[in-house]
Amino acid sequence: MVKTLDKVDVVTVGVGWLGGIIGAECAKAGMKVVGIERGRERSTADYLMVHDEYRYAIRYELMQDLSKETITFRNNRKMRALPMRQMGSFLLGEGLGGAGTHWNGHTWRFLPYDFEIKTLTEKKYGKDKLSADYLLQDWGITYDELEPYFDTFEKTAGISGEDKNPFAGKRANDFPTPPMIKTPILKKFEKATSNLGYTPFMLPSANLSETYENPDGQTIAACQYCGFCERFGCEYGAKTSAEITVIPTALKTGNYQVRFHGNVVEVLKEGGKATGVRYVDTQTGEEFIQPADVVVLTSYVMNNAKLLMVSGIGEMYDPDTGRGTLGKNYAYQILPGATGFFDEQMNVFMGAGSLGMTIDDLNGDNYDHSELDFIHGASISITQPGVRPIQTNPVPPDTPSWGAEFKKASIYNYSRTLNIGGQGASIPHKENFLSLDPDYKDAYGVPLLQLTYNFTEQDRNLHKYLTEKSKTIMEEMGAKTVMPGNPITDYDIVPYQTTHNTGGTIMGASPDDSVVNNYLQHWDVDNLFVVGAGNFPHNGGYNPTGTVGALAYRAAEGIIKYSKNGGSLV
Amino acid sequence: MSKDNNGLSRRDFLKTTGIATGALVGGGLLGSLITHNVTKENVAGTGKNQGGGEHVGDVFRGRMFFTNLNEFNVLSEAVERIFPEDDLGPGAIGLGVPYFIDNQLAGNYGSNAKEYMKGPFFAGESTQGYQSRLTRAEIFRQGLAKMDEEAKKRFDTGFASLEGNQMDEILTAFQKNEIEMKGVASEFFFKLLRQATLEGAYADPIYSGNINMDGWRMKGFPGHQMAYINEIENEEYMKIEPQSISSMEH
Repeated sequence: MVKTLDKVDVVTVGVGWLGGIIGAECAKAGMKVVGIERGRERSTADYLMVHDEYRYAIRYELMQDLSKETITFRNNRKMRALPMRQMGSFLLGEGLGGAGTHWNGHTWRFLPYDFEIKTLTEKKYGKDKLSADYLLQDWGITYDELEPYFDTFEKTAGISGEDKNPFAGKRANDFPTPPMIKTPILKKFEKATSNLGYTPFMLPSANLSETYENPDGQTIAACQYCGFCERFGCEYGAKTSAEITVIPTALKTGNYQVRFHGNVVEVLKEGGKATGVRYVDTQTGEEFIQPADVVVLTSYVMNNAKLLMVSGIGEMYDPDTGRGTLGKNYAYQILPGATGFFDEQMNVFMGAGSLGMTIDDLNGDNYDHSELDFIHGASISITQPGVRPIQTNPVPPDTPSWGAEFKKASIYNYSRTLNIGGQGASIPHKENFLSLDPDYKDAYGVPLLQLTYNFTEQDRNLHKYLTEKSKTIMEEMGAKTVMPGNPITDYDIVPYQTTHNTGGTIMGASPDDSVVNNYLQHWDVDNLFVVGAGNFPHNGGYNPTGTVGALAYRAAEGIIKYSKNGGSLV
Repeated sequence: MSKDNNGLSRRDFLKTTGIATGALVGGGLLGSLITHNVTKENVAGTGKNQGGGEHVGDVFRGRMFFTNLNEFNVLSEAVERIFPEDDLGPGAIGLGVPYFIDNQLAGNYGSNAKEYMKGPFFAGESTQGYQSRLTRAEIFRQGLAKMDEEAKKRFDTGFASLEGNQMDEILTAFQKNEIEMKGVASEFFFKLLRQATLEGAYADPIYSGNINMDGWRMKGFPGHQMAYINEIENEEYMKIEPQSISSMEH
């Protein structure tokens, strides 16, 4: 017995950053919006007990309940895909605010190069720089076109930073708030990179340097540097997230409602239009249909792709023929870096998720790749997030992993170790894609999403080159022993790497090679919008949220336009 | 750390958070923090002195999972070898790690409550991670029995009465995947055991490990502190008396 509810103007699936942004903008424009969120309500008041590494960082308090739904994974098509039974490589979010609640807050704008990567790479290095197996493509939008939306997202979030990156795209306005505190640890990196001829600058941060009121009238508090950001919520309301900004903005209009414990299982469509969504109330087991004029998928990369697949919307990507667009260009992030062991003790337990300094000299096409066997690169940063004792047991090479020697070395080095790391670009490959699993199902009987992914030669070459560069920086910083990151081999879903999954529902200039247009409007179903890092045709050399936020504002503008005029927006 | 300091830091928190407490946290929470502050003493931890925090009333610690004392003794000796007592401070036993693991096995951790445990089950490749049909509770129970069995086979006595180097030999055999286990690889059990040991040594003492916050004290981790905004620019390394998250409850 499925109960059909009253129709609304807009329904969003998931209420994190993207559901919040779409909700706020559309509700402000007078549209009636419902956000369906499978998790529970939460707010700053729920984070008072958050300085608990075991509960939040190790047992994943804020993250998705995998007993209900996960994905399956294989490295290649010859392997049997098996469920990701435990969280590991990336941390899926759940509940109000989504993964944006437990982010660190690094807020970047992808480089101008990223948006026109195919054109610019071919222009400079010819068509054969990468083999045809790499599915490089332009995004169907330029940096300049996206700049106003970056500006809006940064103002909403109050981003703290300094306009000193010589490689960044041109900004219409300075950062809304000044950069965070430059600590002694950051200064070591600043000095070393300057000595080496690079240009260090403060990492753009959503942990705010000062109290800030955003254009919607929401206030974000000043960061207290308590050292609990990643995997945690902020008990001060000082790490900008959806539940302290766009969600209250949407609610204030009276046009917005969040329905909790609702797990959407299908996008409904009829005659080329989406008619609404079907969802399960996870507390009662009842099924509902929420009809809407516009349906917006605003859940995580994985679930946005899965919902399109199980709803039969769009053509599935086929790696044999290259036909189909849904599921293609899945990318991840390549993480070169180096660890340094120092003589002196440092206050490594103090910090904030986005407290850091970065160089962009080795990112994008900011350096010449003529003699290199890869394209793109990475932003390379030192961060001082506040390191905690269960997860941080650094030992020099050749130390046993348990026993007396391990205990001594891990305790000695805990406060004497620094890391620098790159957020490395990930270039799509024809064998890396998302599809539906034929065997495993979620708690509602819907197939799990299947991930087929492995690192490529491009990835290994990029990693090797930038790990070497990172090692040099760490040496210049004065480390007694430097341990470069291990060369990458096969992608392993067990150890945590990064929650920067991208692709699968990519944007572009043509329905031939993309799922949505540059308003994130579905090419085949014009009242369906799909928003998120799934829109990235490749992953750039930064954390994704700044670019995702900009795309969400772009989509919101498109939805409002569409509600007036209808039809394709491009 | 004294109670006065606790009170102060809470007030600092309420002051600095300003808008958060006023607009978002709400009066109910503010009220309850203040009320608890004057009515309740620190009862956190295990009955030992909590780094200056007062202990009032009885706190009971006990086994919730292991019913057989020998099983628990095998666990205790094994985790002590992984994280031994030395001149820096207590080892796993002194930190309460065996109780931490026992208590965790009795709850969501032991029953893999938030993990996907539906079949079919296949061994898979190492890059695909945990593929056992066994829960952690089942793996620990089997693994500890196997360790005892292996001790008897090699040394004619139970694991708990072995010499340290004999225990290490058996642990190493598990680590190197040389022991046959059912439904799970012995190296996987070893990884779980090692990880759980570190968790018990360094988790907040509310979980029955890290007794007296001595794990944190050895490592120089101050636990739950409200803020470092006034210290973060210091060039000197700072030793700060640790504090448990339980200090937020009173």
